[in-house]
Amino acid sequence: MAYGIIMSIVLVGAVGCIIGFFLSFASEKFKVKVDEREEAVLSVLPGNNCGGCGYPGCSGLAEAIAKGNAPVGQCPVGGPPVASKIAKIMGVDAGSSERMVAFVKCVGTCEKAKDKYEYSGAKDCSVVALVPGGGPKACSYGCLGFGSCVSACTFDAIHIVNGISVVDKEACKACGACIKACPRHLIELIPYSASEAVGCSNKDKGKDVMAVCDTGCIACHLCEKNCPSDAVHVVDNVAYIDQSKCTGCGTCAEKCPKKVIIRR
Amino acid sequence: MSGEMNIFAELMLILVSTSVVSNVVLSQFLGLCPFFGVSKKVETALGMGVAIIFVITLASIVTGVIYKFVLIPTGFTYLQTIIFILVIAALVQFVEMVLKKHIPSLYRSLGVYLPLITTNCAVLGVALTNVTNYYDTDAPFSILKGTFYGFGTAVGFMIAIVILASIREKMEKNDVPRAFKGTGIVVVTAGLMAIAFCGFSGVIK
Repeated sequence: MAYGIIMSIVLVGAVGCIIGFFLSFASEKFKVKVDEREEAVLSVLPGNNCGGCGYPGCSGLAEAIAKGNAPVGQCPVGGPPVASKIAKIMGVDAGSSERMVAFVKCVGTCEKAKDKYEYSGAKDCSVVALVPGGGPKACSYGCLGFGSCVSACTFDAIHIVNGISVVDKEACKACGACIKACPRHLIELIPYSASEAVGCSNKDKGKDVMAVCDTGCIACHLCEKNCPSDAVHVVDNVAYIDQSKCTGCGTCAEKCPKKVIIRR
Repeated sequence: MSGEMNIFAELMLILVSTSVVSNVVLSQFLGLCPFFGVSKKVETALGMGVAIIFVITLASIVTGVIYKFVLIPTGFTYLQTIIFILVIAALVQFVEMVLKKHIPSLYRSLGVYLPLITTNCAVLGVALTNVTNYYDTDAPFSILKGTFYGFGTAVGFMIAIVILASIREKMEKNDVPRAFKGTGIVVVTAGLMAIAFCGFSGVIK
């Protein structure tokens, strides 16, 4: 009886020991080098997996940063605070990056932009953009106002106000989700500090623009002529502000007859 | 017929009977957990199948050697279950290390089901069936036969899981009634597959 018990213990113990040695040998042989910086970086990242950095989720970015394939400031959501923390982990200098925010290039609100017909279909921009005529809005470039960008935003930073999308620049993390969601490609990233922005994307001639919207860019070139720092140019019948040259004097917004250039 | 030819024919018979005729999943209903768990994509199902083949084949050899040359001589055959589980757990650990090192993408997609091979009843089931079928008898080449039995069983598992995975991939796009959505329709599918595999019974007497 006692012999049986002792022998059982010895037998199972011996098998266990042999297996243990085999496994510890194998674990040495098949060791995978895990960069502990990767986990440290991951713990600093926001963790909402928005994909704004271009990698599949925060863990993908952490892996790329740890391998040195991505800059420490790649996370648009975390911005400079997260970048400096990651830089500390990686032992490099963060550098300074300017905070960007999304901006909707359309100011054609309900009373300013005209409608072609009464629409009562699916309430989703990507669907509306495909219906004949491209939706009820007379302007074929403007914001449809059905809020695909609103539902794409995970930070509650974009809302439909008076028929068009408006970005809350304090809440915006520049993840780019709304940019991808907009079927009319109206949203772009501009510096947080930018004081002037062009709220129109209509590339038609002035007469056609006036027919569809009271506040569309008619390409009159007044902004271009009056800008003291050569920052505004009319390209494809729409004013375009080079934010790196813009001094924020506000002359263009003042001169714009259609109030397309807005002060933020 | 020479004895050598006989053993060859017998091994082929074991292979066919275990992989198709008495399929481990569809007619013995063993190893159902990974069968439903990792059959969403053909790719991962294949990976799971290969991992199972590796584990079961090696486990059959190792358990056979331990049973024949350790447990029977010392008379501790009643320790078979606990020692077999030890061996299987170690092998699964080993497979995990190899996959983590060489095929990390497969390692990630198998997820929790990889360590769960340890508790997969198909693996232990094969080891214990081998004992009653081959190792406890005086038949020649018993460990070789046991290995083929294990390999055939694992191949049968892979056939079943890959078929189910390809059906499920197609089913993704089907309009399934709400009550059957998810696992429901998968279980129905597995049942129909089991009925279909009944057609093989009687192929080998």
